[in-house]
Amino acid sequence: MIFGFPIISVAIWLPIIFGVLVLSTGDDKNAQMARILALVGSVLGFLVTIPLYTGFVADTSEMQFVEMHDWITRFSIHYHLGVDGISVLFILLTAFFTPLVVLAGWQVIEKRVAQYMGSFLIMSGIMIGVFAALDAVLFYVFWEAMLIPMFLIIGIWGGANRVYAAVKFFLYTLLGSLLMLVALIYLYNQSGGSFSILDFHQVAIPMNAQILIFIAFFFAFAVKVPMFPVHTWLPDAHVEAPTGGSVVLAAIMLKVGAYGFLRFSMPIVPDASHYLSGVMIALSLIAVVYIGLVALMQSDMKKLVAYSSISHMGFVTLGFFIFNAYGMEGALLQMISHGFVSGALFLCIGVLYDRMHSRKIADYGGVANTMPVFAAFFMLFAMANSGLPGTSGFVGEFMVILGAVKANFWYAFAAATTLIFGAAYTLWMYKRVIFGAVANHHVAELTDLNMREKLIFAVLAVTVLGMGLYPLPFSEVMHVSVNDLLVHVARSKLPL
Amino acid sequence: MDLMTNWMSAGAEIFLLVMVCAILIADLLIKQSGRLVTYMLAQITLLGCSLITVGTHENGVVYAFHNLFVDDLMSDVLKLLTYLAMSMMLVYSRQYLTVRGLFTGEFIVLALFAMLGMMVMISANHFLSLYLGLELLSLSLYAMVALQRDSAIATEAAMKYFVLGALASGLLLYGMSMLYGATGSLELGVVSNAIQYGVADKNLLVFGLVFVVSGLAFKLGVVPFHMWVPDVYHGAPTAMTMLIGSAPKLAAFAFATRILVEGLQPLVQHWSGMLIILAVASMAIGNITAIAQTNLKRMFAYSTIAHMGFLLLGLLSGGVEGYGSSMFYAVVYVLMSLGAFGMIMLLSRVGFEADTLNDFKGLNQRSPWLAFMMLLLMFSMAGVPPTVGFYAKFSVLNAVVQAGHIWLAVAAVMFSLIGAFYYLRIVKLMYFDAPESHEPIAVGQDSALLISVNGLAVLLLGLLPGALMSVCAVSVQQSLLLH
Repeated sequence: MIFGFPIISVAIWLPIIFGVLVLSTGDDKNAQMARILALVGSVLGFLVTIPLYTGFVADTSEMQFVEMHDWITRFSIHYHLGVDGISVLFILLTAFFTPLVVLAGWQVIEKRVAQYMGSFLIMSGIMIGVFAALDAVLFYVFWEAMLIPMFLIIGIWGGANRVYAAVKFFLYTLLGSLLMLVALIYLYNQSGGSFSILDFHQVAIPMNAQILIFIAFFFAFAVKVPMFPVHTWLPDAHVEAPTGGSVVLAAIMLKVGAYGFLRFSMPIVPDASHYLSGVMIALSLIAVVYIGLVALMQSDMKKLVAYSSISHMGFVTLGFFIFNAYGMEGALLQMISHGFVSGALFLCIGVLYDRMHSRKIADYGGVANTMPVFAAFFMLFAMANSGLPGTSGFVGEFMVILGAVKANFWYAFAAATTLIFGAAYTLWMYKRVIFGAVANHHVAELTDLNMREKLIFAVLAVTVLGMGLYPLPFSEVMHVSVNDLLVHVARSKLPL
Repeated sequence: MDLMTNWMSAGAEIFLLVMVCAILIADLLIKQSGRLVTYMLAQITLLGCSLITVGTHENGVVYAFHNLFVDDLMSDVLKLLTYLAMSMMLVYSRQYLTVRGLFTGEFIVLALFAMLGMMVMISANHFLSLYLGLELLSLSLYAMVALQRDSAIATEAAMKYFVLGALASGLLLYGMSMLYGATGSLELGVVSNAIQYGVADKNLLVFGLVFVVSGLAFKLGVVPFHMWVPDVYHGAPTAMTMLIGSAPKLAAFAFATRILVEGLQPLVQHWSGMLIILAVASMAIGNITAIAQTNLKRMFAYSTIAHMGFLLLGLLSGGVEGYGSSMFYAVVYVLMSLGAFGMIMLLSRVGFEADTLNDFKGLNQRSPWLAFMMLLLMFSMAGVPPTVGFYAKFSVLNAVVQAGHIWLAVAAVMFSLIGAFYYLRIVKLMYFDAPESHEPIAVGQDSALLISVNGLAVLLLGLLPGALMSVCAVSVQQSLLLH
């Protein structure tokens, strides 16, 4: 906390308050006001998070900007917030994407604008809360509360099969969460009556309990990541969600699951994490290779990017469970980069969909002829998605592969195939959509990006290139926290 | 024990009885058009009761009327909540009953008599007073369900309710008589001591216990004694369903704790095993069967069964955590149930009951505010934070884990997951589907205000649940003399 100013609380509650204000503008007669209010709220929401980065002390793994108040004294539950090198960047990422999502839905969303914008703002605050919570119950409350706006976003503004996708999304994630809740309550009783996550890190737990807790956490986090084989909700949710929903899902919500592994599974049950790391690595590699192949076969652009996300997140979990600094830092960088790149790709597809109302690759062809500026941006993001050096996508993947070589050459070998598959499915899609002769008269009538869209893509392009060419500002923040986490995880927590 | 203490500790009950009789007579002189006067009198009575309950509150536990009656913190808290629930019930149902011609003096008088029964149950310290309170409550409810004379379905429901309720009362009495035979007393504390230190016949005790638990299960409506619940909930006019589904659950909680904890604590290893079976079966059957319902009132009936199963989980875990969480669960459940049935009544019109799932289609387009309130209530019933329903489940689960039944907790959350589906379906209908009718929703100002307060209370208590949780825990701790 700087000068006693609760930055994190403001970062959480400012978007939520603006969200409620936006909701209160009511029906679509005031749509323009709702949009402007939402934009103001989201930009302010991003601005207040900047001090978290500029004021961050990178040479300690202690929690910073800590806020601690009594909340439910009966169960010694606290309103306990704070950030370390692992979580701070995700808070910025979340706040960064909210204005982009608001802008992306500016014209396209015509019905129930206030509810749409309000949901996104509220969700943005809740997601920041997930990353900042240091009390297990507070974390759980934010974690579950996230489901409600997302459920509505997919269900109200989504595509044809939206109801199925929304319900599947909700129930899948709730299954995992409820098991996690039991595990958290068990830990509360083991730790002698504390719900602090940092206290959980110190509790000694016997091996069989560790394994059960790991499994409970696994269900909660693996569903969100999503890891093979609990990934099947994601393509449905992505395909049916509106553009903004897909962006938030891919850019931020998937990161929440991976973050959970770092904050809960690995430090709380390190022995079980080591014991089961083989399984986790196997599942990660299956995601990387098999889901990469699945992505190759997609005829729907959004589904393709959705599968590509699962494949990339496989990289992230691989990086975690090889237990070395390269792997873990690479995985974190990959998470941030994937946030930018997949968000940008979904926005690109959104741009096409807004004009053509189709996501089928076969309906396109020769878009470069009518939308040259768009084609250039799309090219950059497609390259970043396939991990081209110089883009953000390269840094994380390279470091994870480096880490994997240290652990086991064949892990690295299997993971490196993604450089081929990733390039294959992304660029093949790009070729079919953008290049060639103009496919039909719909494509011939396409108009290029307008100023609003150019602004969104320019911001993202600068970030993707900047992170690719100079990743130091991102990696230096997390360095100490990652090393400390690895030291912590290396210690056994079995009772003596 | 002097006379004054006796009268003081039962002050609210006595005042209520006097007022009910006065209202009964006054109502004879009032024309149907002036029925509002009766209604206002009833609300004033409730207010008076709460003032008396607060005013006569004494620290510690006070026994009165030869230990038939007990006045402790738990009874005072539960009574105050009962008044609140009854008052809300009256507000919600006024318009609904008026357009159906059911807004009569009988309704109000019977409701108040039912409340008197609940209060006696809450404050009973003796098998006889427990039974008297229960019968006063039940008989009033039978009559209220049958109040809509020309409705075949309501009459059928009343008949079923009466026959099965009488059977349950019989079981309960039979069990009590066996316990009396074994211990030689009907007073809860004496029974408990006799079992603990005496040489009571173990077989007879357990036999009596089985009957008492069965009778209790009937009244709570838990599996396998739940068959009356869906029919009664469905058949009764919604206002009566709301009454049955709300305040009596508080009394039922008190009834169960008084018998099982104050009276039969030494037999805990026997009854906690029975409760595990009842609880798991209720959560399973309740949640799974609710999915198949298209009628909202039937769905809520099965959902009640599942919720009562959850409530039993707290009871069987024992200790301040267990009983406190159970009480908290009952209070939260009453709040949610009032809101849910209130919403059904709000959407109903003359000659039309909004009690099927389709009636909620597209509510977000017809009235975003009401849809949002219902959304809060449904997520609360499903136990999703940041609503108070989550903390109810959370505190019960915590008690269950503390008692060492981790697998029971896992089973409970799995059944909650199944339950989430049908609550989610209502949200889905309200938000994702197009409305079937565009008829404007005519809502009285009082009930519109109340549903807003009710829905927001579910949210605000979800953000700051600590106070209510502590009140429940402290009152249980003081009253049941736990440490």
